[in-house]
Amino acid sequence: MGWAVNKNDDTAIAASQTEALSRYFARAVQVGTAFAKFVATIAVTFLGLAALTFFIGRVVPIDPVLAMVGDRASNEVYEAAKIEMGLDRPIPLQFVSYIWDVLNGNFGLSISTRQPVIEDLIRVFPATLEMATLGIIIGIVIGVPMGVTAAAHRGSWLDQVIRTVGLLGYSIPAFWLGLVGLAIFYARLRWTGGPGRIDVFFDGMIPPVTGMLLIDTLIAGEIDVFWNAVSHLVLPATILGFFSLAYIARMTRSFMLDQLSQEYVTTARVKGVPEFFVIWRHAFKPIRIQLITVISLSYAGLLEGSVMIETIFSWPGIGNYLTTALLNADMNAVLGSTLVIGAVFIFINKFSDVMYRILDPRARS
Amino acid sequence: MIISKQWLLDDAPKSRTQAQLGRLYVVCLQLAHNPLAVIGAIIIGGLIITALFAPWIATHSPIAQDLSNRLLPPSSTHWMGTDELGRDIWSRVVFGSQITLTIVMLVAVIAAPLGLVVGAIAGYFGGWADRVLMSITDIFLSMPKLILALAFVAALGPGIENAIIAIAITSWPAYARIARAETLTIRNAEFVQAVKLQGASSTRIIARHILPLCTSSMIVRVTLDMAGIILTAAGLGFIGLGAQPPLPEWGAMISRGRVFILDQWWVATMPGFAIILVSLGFCFLGDGLRDVLDPKHGSE
Repeated sequence: MGWAVNKNDDTAIAASQTEALSRYFARAVQVGTAFAKFVATIAVTFLGLAALTFFIGRVVPIDPVLAMVGDRASNEVYEAAKIEMGLDRPIPLQFVSYIWDVLNGNFGLSISTRQPVIEDLIRVFPATLEMATLGIIIGIVIGVPMGVTAAAHRGSWLDQVIRTVGLLGYSIPAFWLGLVGLAIFYARLRWTGGPGRIDVFFDGMIPPVTGMLLIDTLIAGEIDVFWNAVSHLVLPATILGFFSLAYIARMTRSFMLDQLSQEYVTTARVKGVPEFFVIWRHAFKPIRIQLITVISLSYAGLLEGSVMIETIFSWPGIGNYLTTALLNADMNAVLGSTLVIGAVFIFINKFSDVMYRILDPRARS
Repeated sequence: MIISKQWLLDDAPKSRTQAQLGRLYVVCLQLAHNPLAVIGAIIIGGLIITALFAPWIATHSPIAQDLSNRLLPPSSTHWMGTDELGRDIWSRVVFGSQITLTIVMLVAVIAAPLGLVVGAIAGYFGGWADRVLMSITDIFLSMPKLILALAFVAALGPGIENAIIAIAITSWPAYARIARAETLTIRNAEFVQAVKLQGASSTRIIARHILPLCTSSMIVRVTLDMAGIILTAAGLGFIGLGAQPPLPEWGAMISRGRVFILDQWWVATMPGFAIILVSLGFCFLGDGLRDVLDPKHGSE
């Protein structure tokens, strides 16, 4: 039956197919352009980041050659080292070769660990990722309902409490909260593990696979060690999560207030839709896209926030690596970690931007 | 000339000063209706008074050591206890307010005008100037501020001046964005066209006619940013890259008290309360100011 269509239908179908195809094609072009723009801005921003770290590396008052050869080296050795490090060449040329090095992951040797900085970074990064990921999960699971509740009860005491919690997130120093948390929950109450990722007793028992202990212990089938790792992770991750929670709740609240003042919400209420459904089915749905942006931004922020928390909790992640390098004036390590954190930060930043543009029809034009 | 309520609220002010004072009065009146903003203003006022009159408010010297009285718990003689060198923590916190206020003011004085000028130039001239300046701004904006500040201080060397420079370098881009957005809305206004016809130069238009109109959104943003600036400065001090000992900087004090947190909790916690109080004060005041000066973005 379907095969025996007459000619008119045939052209109609063909026409509608072409139309669908061209619409599909237009959409593909849109997404393609968005993606191309994403790649272009990200490339420019990365270049800017590299230019900044290069500049920071050059304005260092300490002579990098002297740091390498030591101050007892003869003039010949000094000059040879200078040429070997490429510091005799003009600055633009140095910058080009610096970019080349960065692209190849060559950040130089760390003075303190005597290893290539890139290897150090690969080793420590999973620890930070693990903590930040758990932190953002806590932030989402608590922060979003908090923001929605505050908006639904606008002006009530509940709203005031939630707003104040949000403002506290902007006012409490992360390192202070970490210290107080350790003193209370670890030292006094003994509810959580202390600093470090795991008890010293278990050190080196788990073969690293992903570098994330919670996963590695499960792969190794060591349930005791898994719970030990959890007890160490829960406090720093909660504190980190608190800061993302403050931001997420605040933004969720203001997005929800926007939606709740719309006419469709009034319509739904007039129709007699129960308040719970008005809030979660009607008003919450449109803000999910905006929330993606907020959540990815705060995830990027957590990578940065982990610097302080890791220092307090002796957490062997990238933040701790960076502060140790700072105190040892280990510039290769400092600039390497700055580059890596900056690159991840920029990537998440721009990625959420482009996601927003693809997902939200209003932002397309 | 008597400053009366009527004079301040006059609908047809006779001088520029009268108009400005009247506006200020209205803003204050509106702020007074917002309890949180009042609390914020009181806290900030308290900070300024404490910083100005620190020698009279402090009960002891902030740097005098008294090793026989080290690590004493809070008492009637030492309100916040003493630290590991027997110094009175209350007095150190009081003198620390001077450092915090200095940092905050200097960062604002450096970063806000820098951002204003960059943003106003980009917005006013448009074209390639806009594109170049704004892509630089965007590059700075999309980078993690704390990390960037850390790297800058690492390069410049530890110390309070370098910490201020580093924080200022990382905080101007937000102001540039605001100034540009404001400039774009004003640039084609009739009064700008009018002064242009009168032969005003671009510099004059930007400096005398555009920048003044950016100030109110700028004040809001700077106030809201203060908490972040305080936290970053304290963080730098905590890591050991900010103010150096024996300066009673709050972050550095927390860092020194870290070792004693289990038994002598007051050494590290007391300066933390000061940081929280002052940051909260700026947040409250900034929120209130935004509702009054920038109603478009208020109601959050």
